[in-house]
Amino acid sequence: MTENPIYGIVAEFADPGLLVAAVAAVHSRGYRKVETYTPYPIHEVEEILEPGPERRLPRLVLAGGILGTLTAWGMQYYIAAIDYPLNIGGRPLNSWPAFIVIMFELTILFASLTAFFGMLGLCGLPLPHHPLFNLRRFALCSKNRFFLCVEAADPLFEVLEVADLLAGLDPLEVSEVYED
Amino acid sequence: MIIEEQQRHAQRRPDPDVTLPVIGPSQTFSIVTEQISSVPLRRKMPLLWQITFGIGLLLVFVLLISATYLFGKGVGIFGIQIPVAWGFAITNFVWWIGIGHAGTLISAFLLLLNQSWRNSINRFAEAMTIFAVACAGMFPLLHLGRPWLFYWILPYPNTMTVQPQFRSPLVWDVFAVSTYATVSVVFWYLGMIPDLAALRDQSTSRLKYAFYGVLCWGWRGGSRHWRLHESASLLLAGLATPLVLSVHTVVSFDFTIAILPGWHSTIFPPYFVAGAIYSGFAMVLVLALPIRAVFGLHNLITERHINNCAKLMLATGLILAYAYLIEPFTAWYGGSQFEIYAFHNRAFGPYAWAFWLVIACNVAIPQLLWIPRIRISPKPLFVISLAVLYGMWLERYMIIITSLHRDYVPSAWFNFTATIWDNAILFGSIGLFITLFALFVRFLPMISMYEVRTLLPFSAPDGRSEK
Repeated sequence: MTENPIYGIVAEFADPGLLVAAVAAVHSRGYRKVETYTPYPIHEVEEILEPGPERRLPRLVLAGGILGTLTAWGMQYYIAAIDYPLNIGGRPLNSWPAFIVIMFELTILFASLTAFFGMLGLCGLPLPHHPLFNLRRFALCSKNRFFLCVEAADPLFEVLEVADLLAGLDPLEVSEVYED
Repeated sequence: MIIEEQQRHAQRRPDPDVTLPVIGPSQTFSIVTEQISSVPLRRKMPLLWQITFGIGLLLVFVLLISATYLFGKGVGIFGIQIPVAWGFAITNFVWWIGIGHAGTLISAFLLLLNQSWRNSINRFAEAMTIFAVACAGMFPLLHLGRPWLFYWILPYPNTMTVQPQFRSPLVWDVFAVSTYATVSVVFWYLGMIPDLAALRDQSTSRLKYAFYGVLCWGWRGGSRHWRLHESASLLLAGLATPLVLSVHTVVSFDFTIAILPGWHSTIFPPYFVAGAIYSGFAMVLVLALPIRAVFGLHNLITERHINNCAKLMLATGLILAYAYLIEPFTAWYGGSQFEIYAFHNRAFGPYAWAFWLVIACNVAIPQLLWIPRIRISPKPLFVISLAVLYGMWLERYMIIITSLHRDYVPSAWFNFTATIWDNAILFGSIGLFITLFALFVRFLPMISMYEVRTLLPFSAPDGRSEK
C-alpha cells in the first residue's frame, strides 16, 4: 500500500454493453463522481452521466463568431473611413458591402478557434499527467477496453463498498488508483 | 479476446441497404488499432514509400533552387509580360487551393450529413487539404515583385501610415486563404487528438511516448471529454462547410471583379467551387489508391469508398461541363463583341490546344465513370484521376492566359510561353506536397482510429455498430 491518497476505484470491461450496464448500476446507487474512459464516444453513457445536449461550447462559439464579425467590421471601418480614407471612384468611405467578405471570414476564424480552445479549456486540457495513468492497463482504454472510475471525491465513496459493487458487475479487473 | 470478437463478428448479418461494405470483414478493435498505429510506430517504411519520399525531396530541392534564383533575379525569370501579368504562379495557386476543397468537404460536409463511410478517408483527405493549401499559399508570395514585403497586405499600424484597401478582392483573398488554412489545421488536429493518445498508449519507446503524449495534450477519453470533442467537431464542421464554399468563391472574385472578357462573369463562383471539388476528389483518389495498396488497407478503404469518390467526381465534373457550356452561351447571348471574341479565341486561337485538352480531360474522359466496373477498378480510376488533375490545371491556365493575352488594343497583344523556371516551381510545389504527405503518413495516424471503431460491429452497447 502506498501512502498517497486514493483517487478512485477503476473497473475494466471488455464490452460496451457491460460498461453501460455498470454505469447505470453505479449511477442508481447514487454515485455522481463517476467517469468512463472509452476508445470512442458511447452516447448511452453520456445520456446517463450528463443528460441533455452540450450547451456551454455552442454558446462560447456563438460569442466567438459575433466577436469576429464585429472585429472585422470595426477594423475595416476604422481603416477605410477614419485612419486611411481613400476616395475610390466617389464610393462611400464606409462601403460596407465590400467589407462583408472579410467579416464572414473572421466570423468563421474566431468561432473555429473558440471551438478548438474552448473544447480544450472545458476538458481541462492540456494535462500531461493524471492519476489514472498510474494504472498500467489504462493504456488499453485507447484500444479495446472500457473503463469505469468511481472517484474518491464522491461523498458516498467508501473503498470496500465501491470495490464490491464494481466486482459484481462482470469486470475483467477492479483496481485502486492513487494520486501521485 | 480477439478470437471472441471475431466470432461475434461472424454472426453479423449484412445490411440490405448497403451494397458495398464500408469496412472489410472480421475486424476488431485491436486489429484496427494495431494496423493503423503500426505504420507510425513500428513499421519500416515500404520501398515504394521510400522512392516516393526520395522523389518528393528531390523536387523540393528544385523548388528551393528556383525560389532562390527567383528572389535574386525577380519575376522576370518567368514567362510573364504585360499584358499577361499572371502566368503559372496564379494558375498553380488556384489549382492547389482547389485540390484542398475535397478534403474539407469529406471531413465537414459528410460529417454533418452523417455519412459514416467517410470515417476511414477523412483524416488523410484533411491532411491533403492542409498540404495543398500550404503549396497554394506559397505562390502569391513567390509572384510578388518584392516578396520580402508580403506583410504589407496585412492591416497593421505602420510608420508609412498606409493601410490595405478593403474594397479589393486581392485583400479578401488573403483573409479567405489564411482563414481556410487555419481552420483546416484546427479541424484536422482536433480530430487527431484521440488518435494521438492511442499512439501514445501504444508507443514502444520513451521518445515516441513523449512525442505523442505532448501532441495529444493528455487526452484520456473520458465521457465528458468525448462529449465536448464531438460537440466541437460538429461545430467546426458547421463552420468549415460554408467556409470551403466561400474560399474558391473569393478566389474567383480575383477574376470576376476585373472587367476582362472571359473573366467578368457571374457564373465564376459556383463554376470555380465545382471545379475545385472535382480536382480535389481526383487527388483523393490519386492518394488513396496507392496508399491502400502499399499499406494493405483494403479492409479500411474499401470499394465503397473509391466508388463513392468516383461518383462525386462524376457529379462535380458534370456541373463543370455545364459551366463550360453556359459560358460561351452567355458571351454569345450578351452580344458584346469582346466577350464573343474571347471565347472564339479560346477555342480556335493560339491556345486552342489547351481548350480542347481541357474538354478531353475534364469532360470526355471522366464519362467513363458511368461504368460501374471502372468506378471500382484502381488502375483505370487512377489514370482518370490524373487526367482530371491535369485538365483542371490546364483549365486555370487557359482561363488566365487566353483572357490576358488579347488586350482590347491589338498593339498590346502578347503570347505567353512558360520558361524553365515556371515549370521548375510548378514541379517543385508538387514535390513539396509529396514530401509533406509522405512525412504525414510516416509520423501521424493516417486513418482515424476512433471513428473507424464506431463502424465496427459490437461498438454500440446493444451489439450493433455505433454508426
